Amino acid sequence: MKKKRTMRKVMESVVWYVVVGVLSILFVLPFIWMLSTAFKTAPQCVDYPPTFIPRPVTLRAFKEVFSISPILTYIRNSIVIVALNILGTLVSCSLVAYGFARFRCRENNFWFTVLLSTMMIPGFTLLIPQFSLYTRLGWVNTILPLTLPAFLATNAFSVFILRQFFMSFPRELDEAARLDGCSYMGVLVRILLPNSKTSMFVVALFCFVGVWNDFFAPMIYLNDMEKYTLAVGLVMLKASQGATLDMGPMMAGALLAVIPTFFLYLTCQKYFVQGVVTSGLKG
Amino acid sequence: MRGKKENKGAEGVLMRKERRYFYLFISPWLIGFFLLTIGPMLYSFYGALCDWDGMSTPQFIGLDNYVRTIGSNQDFRRALINTFVYAVFSVPTSMIFALFLAFLLNKKHRGAGIFQALFYFPSVAAGTAVYMVWIWLFNAETGVFNYLLSLIGIEGPRWLSSAEWAMPSLIIMNLTFCGQAMLIFLAGLKQVPMTYYEAAEIDGASEWQKFVNITLPMISPVVLLNTIMGIISAFQIFNQPFIMTNGGPMKATYMYGMLIYDTAFYFLRFGEAAAQSWILCILLMALSMVVMKLMNRKTVYEL
Repeated sequence: MKKKRTMRKVMESVVWYVVVGVLSILFVLPFIWMLSTAFKTAPQCVDYPPTFIPRPVTLRAFKEVFSISPILTYIRNSIVIVALNILGTLVSCSLVAYGFARFRCRENNFWFTVLLSTMMIPGFTLLIPQFSLYTRLGWVNTILPLTLPAFLATNAFSVFILRQFFMSFPRELDEAARLDGCSYMGVLVRILLPNSKTSMFVVALFCFVGVWNDFFAPMIYLNDMEKYTLAVGLVMLKASQGATLDMGPMMAGALLAVIPTFFLYLTCQKYFVQGVVTSGLKG
Repeated sequence: MRGKKENKGAEGVLMRKERRYFYLFISPWLIGFFLLTIGPMLYSFYGALCDWDGMSTPQFIGLDNYVRTIGSNQDFRRALINTFVYAVFSVPTSMIFALFLAFLLNKKHRGAGIFQALFYFPSVAAGTAVYMVWIWLFNAETGVFNYLLSLIGIEGPRWLSSAEWAMPSLIIMNLTFCGQAMLIFLAGLKQVPMTYYEAAEIDGASEWQKFVNITLPMISPVVLLNTIMGIISAFQIFNQPFIMTNGGPMKATYMYGMLIYDTAFYFLRFGEAAAQSWILCILLMALSMVVMKLMNRKTVYEL
């Protein structure tokens, strides 16, 4: 009897590892392929059947991609836009979240519901009038449409995370500080924010991923090649490559776009998970 | 509430002060909300009733844009059907897949954490770069998928370059981006009290019975929320078909978002594009409501 049970346990284990192992191939394959192809020689890239281990390992795909497209400019543009978005989001969302978390008034819940429901508005409904607004302001082909909204707490998800976190602090903490003559702003800056580093970090991470990977907005608003972000630049690179079967340079470019996300993910996986879970479960 | 009655005057002053500070602190969002959300929405509502090219002043023409789009725009029907098909297949498949993965990861096996990390990463990295790789993986002649299929004696389809397989290809790729839903489901599963399962085991319930009768009802609010968010984003799919198939072959993956984009930025008919975007908005609201109604009946709201 006992033997039978352990046998069943082992069998279950084996099945589990096989199923999970096979599934993970589907998830990992694109990245393995990207990594290996970026280091292949041109003949090996067009080889059939496809091979996974670059022989010899070469950097020629990177050299080529740097010579045929201004990748460094793209990366720099992406970094500028991402940095401004993170800055804007952290500043504006923590102010707004503080307002929602700590100040009692009748309309508080109403506005918070409005804020949450803005997440349901399809982006395409806002696209047409926003584009014409930015055209009129003369902001098209500048980074303003891509960065300024972040300073107005347009990211409801970030406001939500920070508000939840601020609310988990006992109010007595604020009140004690107020009695000691601290202003409301002081409570936020000296008490809440120093204790919210984790949440701020989660917000910054999601902001990074969202903006770094964003293709649509920069594609719509930027016209000059030297202003493109990496996500847009890669698509232009693919278009310029035409029907070539040598995907080395393409994959080298793609790898450069994925690496920052990968390292962030590797070091901060815990925070990514935390962000998803707090927003998904309590929402 | 301490001393509410005695301190009514003082409390009132405090309340007024709190309200002032409330509006002060949320003002960045309020400004953004009126200038970048409500304002534009009202403007687009008006624009949808106008002959408007995005630059010059809109000329009021009534419902012509809606009539033209619904009545005589062949691409509208095409895009609407395609987007429906994509949503109808991609949302349930990725929800079920996410639930399945969460279910697997919830089993206590060594290395479950590593697999969780592997399953979640693609949804974090999803973007232009990842779509590029998928184009090559799907390549009919030299792609990895067809090579792997040929190893087991199957002649693979032409994936993105065939009208029948382009849409299924997008749906298959979408499966690998279910990591977020997977994590949320997993967190939901972990909140189900073990005692429920233990009680069911004593009654001799099978694994499947436990899943259907305990797990599913317990996590149904989470599933509901994710389904609605999934539908909203599926209907707005743009990047994948734009980058990978450009809506082809033969408009097989021409989606609603691409229709709005083309109408506005290619044909410069902003009025009609605004009308199309309102049709999408209303459709999504109606769909969310239907899904909520349908699922509410089976949803347990105490997690």
